[in-house]
Amino acid sequence: MTSLPQVEAIARRSLVRTARSPASAIPPLVFPIALMILYSAGLQSSTTLPGFPTDSFLAFMLAVPFIQGALFSTMISGTDLAKDVQTGFINRLALTALRDWALLVGQLAGVVALGVVQAVFYLSVGLALGVHIATGVPGVLVLFVFALIVSLSFGALGAFLALRLGSGESIQAMFPVLFVFLFISSMNAPRNLIGVDWFRTAATLNPVSYMIECVRSLIIVGWDPEALVLGFGFIGGIGIVSIALASRALRLRMTRT
Amino acid sequence: MAGDNGIEVHGLVREYRKGPRAVDGIDLAVAPGEIYGFLGPNGAGKSTTVHVLTTLLPPTAGTACVGGFDVVKEGPRVRTLIGVALQEAALDPLLTGRDHLRLQATLQNVPKEERPARAEELLHRVGLADAADRKVAGYSGGMKRRLDLALALVHSPKILFLDEPTTGLDPQSRTALWEEVALLRREAGVTVFLTTQYLEEADVLADRVGIIDNGRIVAEGTPAALKAEIGRPSLHAVPRREEDRAKIADFLTRFGDPLESTRDVAIRLRDGLGLTDIVRAVDAGGLEVADLELRAPTLDDVFLAKTGRTLEGAAEEAAAEEHGRR
Repeated sequence: MTSLPQVEAIARRSLVRTARSPASAIPPLVFPIALMILYSAGLQSSTTLPGFPTDSFLAFMLAVPFIQGALFSTMISGTDLAKDVQTGFINRLALTALRDWALLVGQLAGVVALGVVQAVFYLSVGLALGVHIATGVPGVLVLFVFALIVSLSFGALGAFLALRLGSGESIQAMFPVLFVFLFISSMNAPRNLIGVDWFRTAATLNPVSYMIECVRSLIIVGWDPEALVLGFGFIGGIGIVSIALASRALRLRMTRT
Repeated sequence: MAGDNGIEVHGLVREYRKGPRAVDGIDLAVAPGEIYGFLGPNGAGKSTTVHVLTTLLPPTAGTACVGGFDVVKEGPRVRTLIGVALQEAALDPLLTGRDHLRLQATLQNVPKEERPARAEELLHRVGLADAADRKVAGYSGGMKRRLDLALALVHSPKILFLDEPTTGLDPQSRTALWEEVALLRREAGVTVFLTTQYLEEADVLADRVGIIDNGRIVAEGTPAALKAEIGRPSLHAVPRREEDRAKIADFLTRFGDPLESTRDVAIRLRDGLGLTDIVRAVDAGGLEVADLELRAPTLDDVFLAKTGRTLEGAAEEAAAEEHGRR
């Protein structure tokens, strides 16, 4: 029998859980947008710096919610899965005909679906606030594909942490660590305009910078092959490693014979 | 015998890496359609045995066949035959009862067109039809247990594992669950492997009982046969005046061996004696008792005879050991 209905059922559960838990569903939508609007209001003047790529700081910042939202998704999916481990729900799943990979794919499908909802929301807010997408409709499609891969990759990272640590509290403790990567990146300024050497070096070494710059290029620059290759390359790499780690952790956690 | 829907276990051992030998070489056989009660205190090895038999834990040594399939080599085939309600009714508080059944039915490969009817039937069966669309977070302990049972039955299993299914339930919910389990065996011929720390549960429900202590089966048989092994009933006398307790205790030793009891004076009656003999003797001796009762042996007496402890005492010891480890 095909495992597709099982994947669908697990994904549906993941979405239903998020939808029925406002504390999980609302922050990933509201906080990134609130942060974007606050930063845009406060840092608009930095667009006058020579070499700043756009005259709208809002357009410049619109890339950030896509990554920040994915970090929220990491925490939500990780916490949900960790709760399943803690409560023994994973044993209930292990006692069914569910295949290991179907659990992981279903769980990630739920995260990806949430990621798409988030992407639509962020983009809608951006467009409503007057942001013009430089690459037009094809660029929006590429942006959605990127957002989907980001959700998948970070979702897998969350699943891996959940299965390894087995506690929701541990996942939540990891959240600030992930956030540090976001803040030590080109989130607030283009790397070539960062004046502090150590910060510029850290931002250059930080893969999150390239993910933000990939989205940013689609919004404010136009088709930039280098930014796209680097962004997709880094997130693809993180995705492959995260999925491999999560699969292995799942096999160890679902120790059925 | 393990073919069809029986269970057969030989020399089963399960050791935890840094812990004790939770299961220490047990042998047991459960016939198809039988209700087997696995009785023992906390920490005796009941749940570990269930985890091994339901493929959640590999054994350290020994073999176990469930429904004719080896639990180590044929785990997926075993899982298609069994329904399991583990000790903790692990449910998702954000899902409704119906959501759970729908999810479980899908994961157990119940055909799509049959799922709604199956869910409805089980919700009615366990008395949750009215609460079907409420989130599980608002269910009582008894409702969660009933939903857990319904989930275990969703794919019409031939063998049912129930790990302490009535722990924490009120007497009414407990009785309802017993009736349901008995009905399943009677109507569908389901084999039931039930762990419990309640003597009454094992006594009322099980065709045969295995008593486990420290990972080993110390006694096995029908409740009647196990109690018959103990043979002699006990006599319990309540003195009318507290100051007569010692005198009555001394007097009663003529009729049997004294038993430890804080509430009354108790003896294990010698063979051939009945209540009337005692009543006459007490009367003739001029002793005043408020109550005199003859009690048939219980499974606790069996446990006491086999382990030197009562079930309650063993549970307290286990709790103290657990506390000490922490």
